[in-house]
Amino acid sequence: MSVAPHQPLLRVEDLHVEFSTEDGVVHAVDGITYQVERGRTLGIVGESGSGKTVASMTTLGLTRSQGAQISGRILFEGRDLVALSDGELRAIRGNEIAMIFQDPLSSLHPFYKVGYQLIEAIRAHRDVTKAQARARAVELLGLVGIPDPSRRVDDYPHEFSGGMRQRAMIAMGLANEPKLLIADEPTTALDVTVQAQILALLERLQRELGMAIVIITHDLGVVAEMADDVAVMYAGRIVETAPAEIVFGGPEHPYTWGLLKSIPTLGGSREDDLVPIPGTPPSLINRPSGCHFHPRCPYAQPDHARIDPPLQAVPGEPTHHVACLLEADVRRRLWAELRAGRLPDEALAAAGLPGEPS
Amino acid sequence: MTRYIIRRLLWGVALLILVSALTFVLFRILPTADPAKLRAGRLSSPKILAEIRNDLGLNKPLLTQFWIYMKGIFLHFNLGYSYYSDASVKSLIFSRIPDTVSLVFGGAVVWLVAGLTVGIISARRPRSRLDRASMGGALVLVSAPEYWLGLIVLYLFAADIGRLRIFPGAGSYVGVTSDPWKWFTSLILPWLVVAAGNAAIYARLIRGSLIETMGEDYIRTARAKGLSERRVVLRHGLRSAINPVMTIFGLDIGVLLGSSVLVETVFDIPGIGRLNYDAITHSDFPIVQGTVLLAALFIIVANILVDIAYAYLDPRVRYS
Repeated sequence: MSVAPHQPLLRVEDLHVEFSTEDGVVHAVDGITYQVERGRTLGIVGESGSGKTVASMTTLGLTRSQGAQISGRILFEGRDLVALSDGELRAIRGNEIAMIFQDPLSSLHPFYKVGYQLIEAIRAHRDVTKAQARARAVELLGLVGIPDPSRRVDDYPHEFSGGMRQRAMIAMGLANEPKLLIADEPTTALDVTVQAQILALLERLQRELGMAIVIITHDLGVVAEMADDVAVMYAGRIVETAPAEIVFGGPEHPYTWGLLKSIPTLGGSREDDLVPIPGTPPSLINRPSGCHFHPRCPYAQPDHARIDPPLQAVPGEPTHHVACLLEADVRRRLWAELRAGRLPDEALAAAGLPGEPS
Repeated sequence: MTRYIIRRLLWGVALLILVSALTFVLFRILPTADPAKLRAGRLSSPKILAEIRNDLGLNKPLLTQFWIYMKGIFLHFNLGYSYYSDASVKSLIFSRIPDTVSLVFGGAVVWLVAGLTVGIISARRPRSRLDRASMGGALVLVSAPEYWLGLIVLYLFAADIGRLRIFPGAGSYVGVTSDPWKWFTSLILPWLVVAAGNAAIYARLIRGSLIETMGEDYIRTARAKGLSERRVVLRHGLRSAINPVMTIFGLDIGVLLGSSVLVETVFDIPGIGRLNYDAITHSDFPIVQGTVLLAALFIIVANILVDIAYAYLDPRVRYS
């Protein structure tokens, strides 16, 4: 038996997505590389405008109609999706790769019954009769936990609750048993209790159907719940990527630290103040020089405004990559201080680094 | 829903009564000319005038006249008799309705098809040359008055006087029952003229509406499902984009049924508009009054139909 080279389900290589606007070129995605293994979950984390949604929409070719300039490779089972024709890509969309979106109400067509929209998704890729597709639609609604699916299949989206709509969207995504499901902020628009239900549903479906999931979110809680691997995006780039336990246990990028310190934890004492990340995400038209994060980074050194850090493996951790100009041992000292509850300034002093020039 | 429709119908009836009262005020009370003199024509002698006054009930108190008038309209659909030809206004109007309907509905088909096609094509490639050209053309057509456009197409294409003698011109109209083919060909130019301005308006409307709709999240979902672009645009985009257009479509049909005066006059089509035009030139008040009421009826009915259609087009709208 010949040993085939290891081929991940999805491998994105040096993907760039740019949009020309009147104000200038928006570098929405700026050379990102990641991969997703079969049956695994990748969490892509970042603030609004970090390019995480654009990157995923590009995987499905959904940015093409918006006039995006796309370069790089998106290898799905070895086929480069960037190079496929619209027709070839359409055969994959909703079939082998499905996507669900943030706001389930606006994502469902208000004038068509839920069942109709499911049947449409099935018949787009399967040569089945309407009756067969309808039976499958009922089955799918049952699968995602909609009660009384044979009756609810004839409801309009506005007759569903928010959580049910997202379940219906998930059912639509699963219609053709995709190998990869991209979930773009699937719980953001939902109530907290419903959020947990939807995440549990996704996990159950993943176990039962064996599909890989890319979950895009700004919510580290969701990532902690779902993801095997994590990619942290900032200003169109991946700044840190590693298995989830490493990202939560020993993160190395100041932005990741900022994200982790800005969410409340139940275990933390009340005195552990939340530390927000100062400033706002940069414009993707006029990006900061050097390390894109340096204007907001408490640990930035003067030359960080000049040098653009590459994404590199952390010494001794082959699965952990980070794009930071600080020395690895400095980063570790800083994180140790932060984890002990110190504020960024205190950590800076304790690690023996000069403070910001300002 | 049923209750809503009933309420809407009752409201329509109330509106009709109001309009009827208004026409009574307009044609009987406001001093225009003495109806008896108009009726008598050249034969007016005091004796004849007195007889006519008696026949028409003009010597009764106004309120009694009003009562008789309203009773006639709503119980017997009695709109009086032409001063000019003695024919009953009711029969005159009924005999002319098929011709106006031919003109208006044929024109509506043309403008809807043309407006949809141009609007969709423009919306798919906004700011392209094709889009700019069609929107520019639309602007010209919107600005062109109907009677002018009518005369221009007759000058260009009419079989008798045109530069290119292609289509039958003015006065060639025959009813659909007497010769369907001739009916069809004689209406080609009038349809185009009726359709031109509306097609332009609809193209712009549909373009704008569709561009907006194509930015909706559910369009992204439709694409993500792997549907063909054709299906995404027509089934998902247009289905939503068409709604505001259908609202206006109903009203346009209603208005045009009651007021296609210019095109019918230019092409000499004996429809309601033409009837109205002739009646105005002869000061034939009962006919003018009848056509005014008919126009009001068309508009009110169209309005109700549009409201009902809306509930079916948009499942979120359920009137209570």
